Amino acid sequence: MIQVEHMNKTFKVTRRSAGFSEAVKALFHREVELIHALNDISFTIGDGEMVGYIGPNGAGKSSTIKILSGILTPDNGTCMINGRIPWKERKEHVKDIGVVFGQRSQLWWDVPILDSFELLRDIYEIPTHQYQETLDELTGLLSLGELLRTPARQLSLGQRMRCEIAASLLHRPKILFLDEPTIGLDAVSKLAVRDFIRKQNKEHKTTVLLTTHDMQDIDALADRVLLIGRGRLLLDGTLSDLKSHRPKEEATLDEIIAALYRDYRI
Amino acid sequence: MKKYWSFFRIRFIHGLQYRAAALSGMVTQFVWGTMEILLFRAFYESAPQSFPMEFQALSTYIWLQQAFLALYMTWFWESELFHSITTGNVAYELCRPVRLYHMWFVRGLTVRLSKAVLRCMPILVFAWLLPAPYGLTLPGSFHTWFFTLLSMTLGLLFVVAFGMVVYISVFYTISSQGIKLIVTSLSEFLSGAIIPLPFLPDGIREFVNFLPFASAQNVPFRIFGGDLKGHDMYTSLLGQVFWLAVFLVIGQIMERNALKRVVIQGG
Repeated sequence: MIQVEHMNKTFKVTRRSAGFSEAVKALFHREVELIHALNDISFTIGDGEMVGYIGPNGAGKSSTIKILSGILTPDNGTCMINGRIPWKERKEHVKDIGVVFGQRSQLWWDVPILDSFELLRDIYEIPTHQYQETLDELTGLLSLGELLRTPARQLSLGQRMRCEIAASLLHRPKILFLDEPTIGLDAVSKLAVRDFIRKQNKEHKTTVLLTTHDMQDIDALADRVLLIGRGRLLLDGTLSDLKSHRPKEEATLDEIIAALYRDYRI
Repeated sequence: MKKYWSFFRIRFIHGLQYRAAALSGMVTQFVWGTMEILLFRAFYESAPQSFPMEFQALSTYIWLQQAFLALYMTWFWESELFHSITTGNVAYELCRPVRLYHMWFVRGLTVRLSKAVLRCMPILVFAWLLPAPYGLTLPGSFHTWFFTLLSMTLGLLFVVAFGMVVYISVFYTISSQGIKLIVTSLSEFLSGAIIPLPFLPDGIREFVNFLPFASAQNVPFRIFGGDLKGHDMYTSLLGQVFWLAVFLVIGQIMERNALKRVVIQGG
């Protein structure tokens, strides 16, 4: 169970225009602006739910995921995940969650994937038999096979992403945060990843919160959608709620979202 | 504890696989050590009475320094750690059930140990075979061996703890350029990596001995060569313990504060 109430997070951003004189000016006076990455965000996600978290670039999606994973501390507001405050009880909290950042890698780049996995096994103190079981299952579902004995640097993006997802699930987390898991993947890899996430949710009742810009991800995966823009939560509903905002009859999901962004002026 | 041990083990095995790097490192250190000893011999021959160490102790110092270079070099940085902070990849390490400080500390230890293990033996054997006073002289007493080992351990832990402060400072400064440059040049000189500290002029020497950098290689290598003994040795050992504790505390306070206000760079 994830409960977020009235959460705020601001970042300081320094700005200046291009050019020499501007750079000199900035030496003495820096223009600092506070950006409200999250502005009074509240939502609740129940166990076993699959939620799509969408919004334009810079809307605050990744910040939310990082706060929920215990990496960032919000300015104020409360957040309870399975009875714990992520950033206060970080070490206990992260044993229950798995995180995939689509744009980063957690795999050790010049050793075989299996070495990275075994390191994770020891870091999460996973019992050997459970590790073996999970690994076999993940290997089957994500068709890892030979990939496990290859160094991460020699894998293609799609292959690597499958390994990244497996790495995040080795300790059988109850909650899975996916930050753009399908970014840059080809059609086949995308389908494989989606298929796998759906199975994982169905069979292990894993709660999934996923951010994406790919509306087909949402269509395929999310029963519920949270739309965020400029740090505010704009819509919390089902996919059909989203579709009811359709500007014209045959609009695609992307067009609906674009229309929504326009309507909310984000 | 087990997870740190396992991390150590896997990293250590990983570090052992760079054979070409170890071989070329060894060759460099043979040549470097020989040249340094020849250089000091020229000084020694012109004025042996103004030499602050016995020549044999100096040769021993230099050979130990070359053999254990990997343990005490303060110019060595793991660019991956700086990189993970500046690009935000550190996010992944922060969602593991371990403390960042502990993990990186173990990592620093492992990198140095795995490098040193491969390189030290051939150099030590070679130096031991050289004729006196140019080779490595082994101390007779068990007492000296014991304190050398103790002091080497303290020195290594100190160097790693010191490095941690530099790594974590990048959470605050974003760029590692400046601090690396300053720290590298200062600490190399002040730790006795370029010339042994006894060679510094009076007044400056006492001051440098009081600085934290003197707690790295300076102490164990001089104990081993018999240059540092008795009362002075115990004071230096206490100094090592003191500075190790200070840097451990500073590093951990910096880590706590940095993580409270951490910004993951790059979205």
